[in-house]
Amino acid sequence: MVSESHMFIFLNACLINNFVLSSFLGICPFLGVSGKIDTAARMGGAVSFVMFVASLCAYGIHNALVAINAPYLQLISYIVVIASTVQLVEMIIKKFSPALFRALGIFLPLITTNCAILGLALFQTNRQYDLFQSMAFALGAGAGFTLALVIMAGIREELQLSDVPEVIKGAALTLIVAGVLSLAFMGFAGLGGH
Amino acid sequence: MPETSTSKPPENMDTFLKGIWKENPVFVQLLGMCPVLAVTNSVINALVMGLATTFVLLMSNTLVSLLRKLIPKQVRIATYILIIATFVTVADYTIQAVSIEVHKALGAFISLIVVNCIILGRAEAFASKNTLGRSVLDALGMGGGFTIAVLCLGVVREVLGNGTFAGIPVFGESFEPWIVMILPGGAFFVLGGWLLLFSWLKQRKKQTELAA
Amino acid sequence: MTDAETTKPVPPAFPEEAPEAGSGKMISAMGAIGLIAGILIVFTYQVTFPFIQDNKARLLEKAIFEVVPGAATKRVFTVDAAGKVTEVAEADPKQLTLYACYKSGGGLAGVALEASGQGFQDVIRVIYGYDPQKEAVVGMKVLQSTETPGLGDKIEKDPQFLDNFEALDVKLNPDGDVLVNPLEMVKSGQKTDPWQISAITGATISSRAITAMLRESTAKNIPLIVQRLPELQKGD
Repeated sequence: MVSESHMFIFLNACLINNFVLSSFLGICPFLGVSGKIDTAARMGGAVSFVMFVASLCAYGIHNALVAINAPYLQLISYIVVIASTVQLVEMIIKKFSPALFRALGIFLPLITTNCAILGLALFQTNRQYDLFQSMAFALGAGAGFTLALVIMAGIREELQLSDVPEVIKGAALTLIVAGVLSLAFMGFAGLGGH
Repeated sequence: MPETSTSKPPENMDTFLKGIWKENPVFVQLLGMCPVLAVTNSVINALVMGLATTFVLLMSNTLVSLLRKLIPKQVRIATYILIIATFVTVADYTIQAVSIEVHKALGAFISLIVVNCIILGRAEAFASKNTLGRSVLDALGMGGGFTIAVLCLGVVREVLGNGTFAGIPVFGESFEPWIVMILPGGAFFVLGGWLLLFSWLKQRKKQTELAA
Repeated sequence: MTDAETTKPVPPAFPEEAPEAGSGKMISAMGAIGLIAGILIVFTYQVTFPFIQDNKARLLEKAIFEVVPGAATKRVFTVDAAGKVTEVAEADPKQLTLYACYKSGGGLAGVALEASGQGFQDVIRVIYGYDPQKEAVVGMKVLQSTETPGLGDKIEKDPQFLDNFEALDVKLNPDGDVLVNPLEMVKSGQKTDPWQISAITGATISSRAITAMLRESTAKNIPLIVQRLPELQKGD
């Protein structure tokens, strides 16, 4: 495999192949929690945090599975470990930082079945990233997710004030706006390459 | 969704049909969006994704329904996830064995069926409370509805974006493909377009009812 | 509107069950499910494994024989950091792998190897064939790319672009350690020398990426292949 630079992996996950707008991971919260900038930013923070932790776990599990030569357990152990990690993280935050828990708390359980987390773990395994590459990837993916969510929330806050036909209100409008955003993000292609 | 009472479904045929139309998981409930958008750039990919999801849905609903009296309530979600992950792994290996090219095209999205909220949602909301027969019908209906939805996107995107239907050219030589349809942005546009169409139909129906 | 059914108050799902199941019951239920899951997964893995290996080998072989015309059989070699060549059953992703291809009547038809580099959007992986007799690259195929459909993905199927790689000169200098003419890219239709690659109009960056990865890979690996040619030829 090519040894990609950490900076490039970060930019790639964050902008060029944005997790939400180009890889379609984490669409559910993207459509659901992007009503207000404030909520969107906090959701983004929670997801980024869990992504980082999950990425480290996935790296460990992958190496363990390779060592015992049981690739068929990959998916099942990823999902179980991610679900337990989220629970654990929730408990730890609750115990040590009630303020942070109040900010992130309600989003944490939702994150377990967020495909962005499992997707991150699977992608980093497929691409055979080493530990530091995985970390850069997780940070980039989290930043990209937050960015997409916050931009979308900003647009939707404005949209509420504008006069759109009744028939397009709701999911249809959100999706079409997301399509335009996705096209805009294509402009980042070529960044960090040549 | 006013008429959702999953705990007490009416006749069996309705259990099947509601997933296809009235409670279509994608167009009405807006669930499982990630695969709907990600792998619908060609008809074949969409079809395989739809069938794989239906398979997992069917098997997990069956098992959950059979074991519903044995699983303690406190650990039910963990158990469901375990069951779903098992069948996704089975589907993943089966697709690799049948056609590795298709598996490459779908990439990690086969594995991501695990976190498709439709499956966990049906296990929790339906299969854990209903008999085997009903759960199977429900899975087939929801799976069918999902497959139809991904095909709706796959057909539009491949025909317009590539000028082909399942690899067979449908337009003449002079057709210039709408590249944007294959790009990620196109997925959002096409899904938005379908939702727009449905909400327009619904609105028109309401108006004619009011007029009558 | 999405989860009306989950938020709705539902009748108790397990009327026949005590309100608190003991932890023993929970553990045994989880254990039983885990056992079923394990058996199912291992069974499927065992059944499908030979088919999957078969499919993978077939796919790789198809790509290799496509880039080395006239090839009928192949053997796989890896080259370690010290330049030692060993025959292996399966490619090791961490080491340079050479696929030596032989004609049906015997004799080396060419050597195929992989190259990869940064493309417009993501990493591009290609495989190319080298013919030691012609001292040229004789074929190139893209294994993996996510270039823009309609523009960058022309590197996979544009016939004029692929023509570049049917006889791409990679002669070595008399010492056998450096290419006489490193590969270079020129604008579409301006190819004058056999070591030039003419770019695709509208996909310059993707074309440049392919050129760059081949230039690097050939400069590094062709001298090595030529040096080790006797070992690759043996036993055909």
